[in-house]
Amino acid sequence: MAEKEVTLMKGNEAIAHAAIRCGCDGYFGYPITPQSEVLETLAAEKPWETTGMVVLQAESEVASINMVYGGAATGKRVMTSSSSPGISLMQEGISYMAGAELPALIVNVSRGGPGLGTIQPSQADYFQTVKGGGHGDYRLITLAPASVQEMADFVDLAFELAFKYRNPAMILSDGAIGQMMEKVVLPPFKPRRTEEEIAKECPWATTGRLGMRKPNIITSLELRSEEMEQINLRIQAKYREIEKKEVRYEEYKTEDAEYLVVAFGSAARIAKKVIAIAREEGIPVGLLRPITLWPFPSQRIAELGKKVKGILSLEINAGQMVEDIRLAVECKIPVQWYGRLGGIIPEPEEVVEQIKKMTR
Amino acid sequence: MTKEEIIQPQNLVYQKPELLNDVPMHYCPGCSHGVVHKLISEVVMEMGMAEKTIAISPVGCAVFAYKYIDVDWQEAAHGRAPALASAVKRLWPDRLVFTYQGDGDLACIGTGETIHALNRGENITIIFINNAIYGMTGGQMAPTTLLGMKTVTCPYGRDPKLHGYPLKMADIAASLEGTCYVTRQSVQNVGAILKAKKAIRKAFEYSMQGKGSNLVEIVSTCNTNWRMSPDKANKWMEENMVPFYPLGDLKDMGK
Repeated sequence: MAEKEVTLMKGNEAIAHAAIRCGCDGYFGYPITPQSEVLETLAAEKPWETTGMVVLQAESEVASINMVYGGAATGKRVMTSSSSPGISLMQEGISYMAGAELPALIVNVSRGGPGLGTIQPSQADYFQTVKGGGHGDYRLITLAPASVQEMADFVDLAFELAFKYRNPAMILSDGAIGQMMEKVVLPPFKPRRTEEEIAKECPWATTGRLGMRKPNIITSLELRSEEMEQINLRIQAKYREIEKKEVRYEEYKTEDAEYLVVAFGSAARIAKKVIAIAREEGIPVGLLRPITLWPFPSQRIAELGKKVKGILSLEINAGQMVEDIRLAVECKIPVQWYGRLGGIIPEPEEVVEQIKKMTR
Repeated sequence: MTKEEIIQPQNLVYQKPELLNDVPMHYCPGCSHGVVHKLISEVVMEMGMAEKTIAISPVGCAVFAYKYIDVDWQEAAHGRAPALASAVKRLWPDRLVFTYQGDGDLACIGTGETIHALNRGENITIIFINNAIYGMTGGQMAPTTLLGMKTVTCPYGRDPKLHGYPLKMADIAASLEGTCYVTRQSVQNVGAILKAKKAIRKAFEYSMQGKGSNLVEIVSTCNTNWRMSPDKANKWMEENMVPFYPLGDLKDMGK
């Protein structure tokens, strides 16, 4: 077997290369720091000359997400990427896609807010991503990469999940993962699907009614309340199935842990250093890293909650995921939050201090 | 001659287009939408594109266009139809892709998407129904409402000091490098209907020939929200709308 080629690149660049390699049909985006390298890399790679992938710089994030809606409605593998303020602009389109049950990938390389905020990294879009963001009862399948390798790997995974459940999926990253350079093994090349393959995989897609089949209609509109309730119940049943089958997480040194840190993405990397320092000082700490933020690993956190004395939610925000952890353990044990704001990444030492406070 | 003898295929002079579904329309009696739907259905069929058409409906009265014209449809968010169409056409270049939008959708909330899709020269057609008022929400002022025209949000008539001026989207479209064909038509009588049909056909053909973006504005009526009979609305349209929105081709680069 040939050795896998290891390259060095930014997280944002890895997203772009992975998209070309995993049979993505179209990317529609608008420049915003700290994710502009995704569009820049795609423009430099010119995938339209190789795989036939469409790359288009839109006039706004609003247009980008609606281009994604149009492309997804034809059964194509389409995506966009942006950062926090741009993702806010996309919320209407994301809600429409959830309502029309369209599979697509949205990448958020998030930055500090609120408002124009800062271009430095932040995890403050957790609520927006997993609790809705747009209007209506809907959920986004959310993957949280903690490395450049996962940025590359999650592109195909997100598309697979999106198409499996006919639901938009998001990669919730941050400016640190997007901008840092790391070793990465890019995924193998996978061809774009043919028209026949799309027709087979997506019989609902609006591709033109070839063979004069029954017309396909993509819409989220239904004015009759009884019908609309049934549509909502069917979508909710789909969400319950995703919650049952698609929870993903990583555990680190939880076997003997008396205290548990729960952290995702960049914060989870800091948590591993925290655990090393704490253990040197005799405090057995473990880590649970949610890989899917929705569906959230509530059940596993509840199980670990029975074994540990306390949980620290380490987040680069003002305390958002901590609410889901408290719900998971039903507030039976102390669950505290620690984090920094404004684009500041917490130092491991300050987190260790927080854990020490919990042990007193 | 009995009725049965008269109803024979050789005596057929007019029929419902094959692509127009046999369902009651939600449009008000006298509305222009039904006529334009018929024309689109006829043109798509005559071009042999029924199996290769992807249409985008707006938010507004035509939101349910997908119930009437029997092709594949996507229902867009308010104003965003040209963004959907841009992506669809780029991903499926051999398909006939058009949007169907009203004045609120196209000239107000979706002005950005409209101008940029047209100026990128996307090989699509935008069918623009301009009746100078918001129909579905109940007769509010539109960007194309004429000065002095009364609506429920300007019951004393549109006043430029309060509301600014009516927007001539076709004129803007004609000034853009990306547009191939920009025309303004109407459907209030047989002559106008025949001209409008030719314009739609031309726009669809240019889009399939990859000549750039196309805008077909149909100066229309909304007799319900104008508070007029259909007949009077047609007359009012000719006397008031047409002088401000003159009919005819504004640009034809496809010749």
